[in-house]
Amino acid sequence: MTMIRRSLLIGAAAITAGLMTSVAYAADTVRIGSVLSITGPASFLGDPEKKTLEMYVRDLNAAGGVNGKKLELFIYDDGGDSNKARTFATRLVEEDKVDAVIAGSITGTSIAMRSVFEDAQTPYISLAGAAEIVTPVRKWVFKMPHTEPMSCGKIFEDLKKRKLTTIAMISGTDGWGKAMRAECVAMAPKEGIKVVKDEIYGAADSDMTPQLINIKNTPGVQAVINCGFGQGPAIVTRNYRQVGITVPLYQSHGVSSKSFINLAGPAANGIRLPAAALLVATQLADSDPLKKVALDYKTKFEKETGQPVSTFGGHARDALFMLIEAMKRAGSADKAKVRDEIEKTKGFIGTGGVINMSPTDHLGLDLTSFRMIEIKDGDWQLVQ
Amino acid sequence: MRRCLNSPFLLILALGAVVALLPLILPSNFYVRVVAIVYINALAVLGLNLLMGFAGQVSLGHAGFFGIGAYAVALGPVYLGLPGWASLIGGTALSGLLAFVVGRPILRLSGYYLAIATLGMGVLISMVVSNEANITGGPNGMEVPRLVLFGSRITGSLTWYWISGITLVIGALIVVNLIESPTGRAFRAIHDSEIAARVLGVDVARYKLLAFVLSAVFTSIAGSYLVLLDGFVTPNTTSFLLSIELVVMAVLGGLGSILGSIVGAAILVILPQFLTVFHDYEHAVLGAIIIVFLIFLPSGIVPALASLIRRGPA
Repeated sequence: MTMIRRSLLIGAAAITAGLMTSVAYAADTVRIGSVLSITGPASFLGDPEKKTLEMYVRDLNAAGGVNGKKLELFIYDDGGDSNKARTFATRLVEEDKVDAVIAGSITGTSIAMRSVFEDAQTPYISLAGAAEIVTPVRKWVFKMPHTEPMSCGKIFEDLKKRKLTTIAMISGTDGWGKAMRAECVAMAPKEGIKVVKDEIYGAADSDMTPQLINIKNTPGVQAVINCGFGQGPAIVTRNYRQVGITVPLYQSHGVSSKSFINLAGPAANGIRLPAAALLVATQLADSDPLKKVALDYKTKFEKETGQPVSTFGGHARDALFMLIEAMKRAGSADKAKVRDEIEKTKGFIGTGGVINMSPTDHLGLDLTSFRMIEIKDGDWQLVQ
Repeated sequence: MRRCLNSPFLLILALGAVVALLPLILPSNFYVRVVAIVYINALAVLGLNLLMGFAGQVSLGHAGFFGIGAYAVALGPVYLGLPGWASLIGGTALSGLLAFVVGRPILRLSGYYLAIATLGMGVLISMVVSNEANITGGPNGMEVPRLVLFGSRITGSLTWYWISGITLVIGALIVVNLIESPTGRAFRAIHDSEIAARVLGVDVARYKLLAFVLSAVFTSIAGSYLVLLDGFVTPNTTSFLLSIELVVMAVLGGLGSILGSIVGAAILVILPQFLTVFHDYEHAVLGAIIIVFLIFLPSGIVPALASLIRRGPA
């Protein structure tokens, strides 16, 4: 009995101690909050984002912080669950009293957290893909990565350059695949592209041969676009070669990490995808303004973490520096002033492209920020 | 202490007092929100406990009912123009009806087979909500219109704290009443031995079905509350992992214990918030704590402690 009582007491003491540390904080710091999907199915996004933020906040503090104040970073892991994300968002606002937020690895968590930061009038930069996060424009919400309409637009641009106008599509039922499919189908007629076959596969399917045979048997297909995310596109790519389709295959920037090439193996050769210049940093022309930023980040990330660079961590880097620059221009971490300054961001050079924010555009990227990339012998190759 | 544990109605009174007084000491909205989520989960676990703890039937698909409740309040107002409260009631009725229809055949199974059948049901519901993207928004989820009652919008953690807290007390009261009734005794008889129960004249199929439907109703209401609190719903609310989480809450707190349902929910909701201090080891620590509890308190936290207190000097 006394044993139990004692252990209960110790447990209570430990919990209280945990509580104290989470409440106690230094008064004079700039507080940046972050909720990312560090574990779970989206960890390939959240993990590099977390490492990137930690790495740069440490460096910035070593160099004296911003406006003479040190930065303090609060990172929580939502595991890809939007309810957990929202709880942590509330915690950032209520407990940690953050000045600005860089959060949301995926669209679901980003949207779930949105109204918390809007209510608290805190600048919020999302790291998730879907255009719906910032359309229509919301006063306090910004976002870094390229969107699904941009991916379609860039692919169509390349198709027209190659005079390929009759296409087939194969799309995953994951959030990204679905959103991009809808955008591409809607955009195609305006661009003079004809979609003659439109196939769907389940996000967890392990074989897409039937859909691809349907595409193979459709006459006149000049190219195929695969809208998807995660392992699906890698399987599509392998099956694509197995059923012997020879027309060009396009992927979205949802696969722009080395793990895709590893999964797809030699079948990935010749695939094209639009992606941030970061992937081909070493091949960029010296005159390209993105080259220095992209190369610096790539070198630093790969040296410190020992992992190949992905565009996802790059977006976290861009968000952090865009925020820091806005804070410097505002001369303080005042939320309203910082928000105004983020909106005035012009010509900010990040790994994802040149960002020009405006009151009507909280994404700030255009098609020129994308590069068309071809996979060659297991590596990214810039298409000139 | 002894008497308190023996008298379920005193327990309800104590629960009511905790719900009423806790907001006075909670330092901020964040804590209020966390406790509200505890109450909402406890409501679902209470329902599941009715099925698992009292009637002794396993379900690995309760997230399906949670999801029906969640998507009912999201879809009802948008597609059918129903007010939020009507959607909540509709979702609850739908969950109950589905449990009634599905329960008839699958409750004939027992043990692993029942677990797999309920699991299949949960997975099917999950697939529907994530694949019908045109209606449900698919994996990205959709926004849930705010609940409007008597002309005012119901938002804010504190409001939902009161709603979920009061519902939990009412739910606990219903369960207490039920298990003290002939129905509750029938549940326990089925739990102990189906054959013996049948010999005693208990309509086993009917009572199993009743427990299943009731637990579906509790869980569905919890699902509706959670997404109304968030203002957002994703297929996570139907996921297999959520089903497992509910089962873990029930087992950890103690099967067949009302207080156990609440303690189990509280531990699994609150602990991760404290464990953020451990950053990278959060999940390992959480897993270790659950394993330690289950090894040393195999009957669940509340029943094990209760029996210790009963045995020890008063």
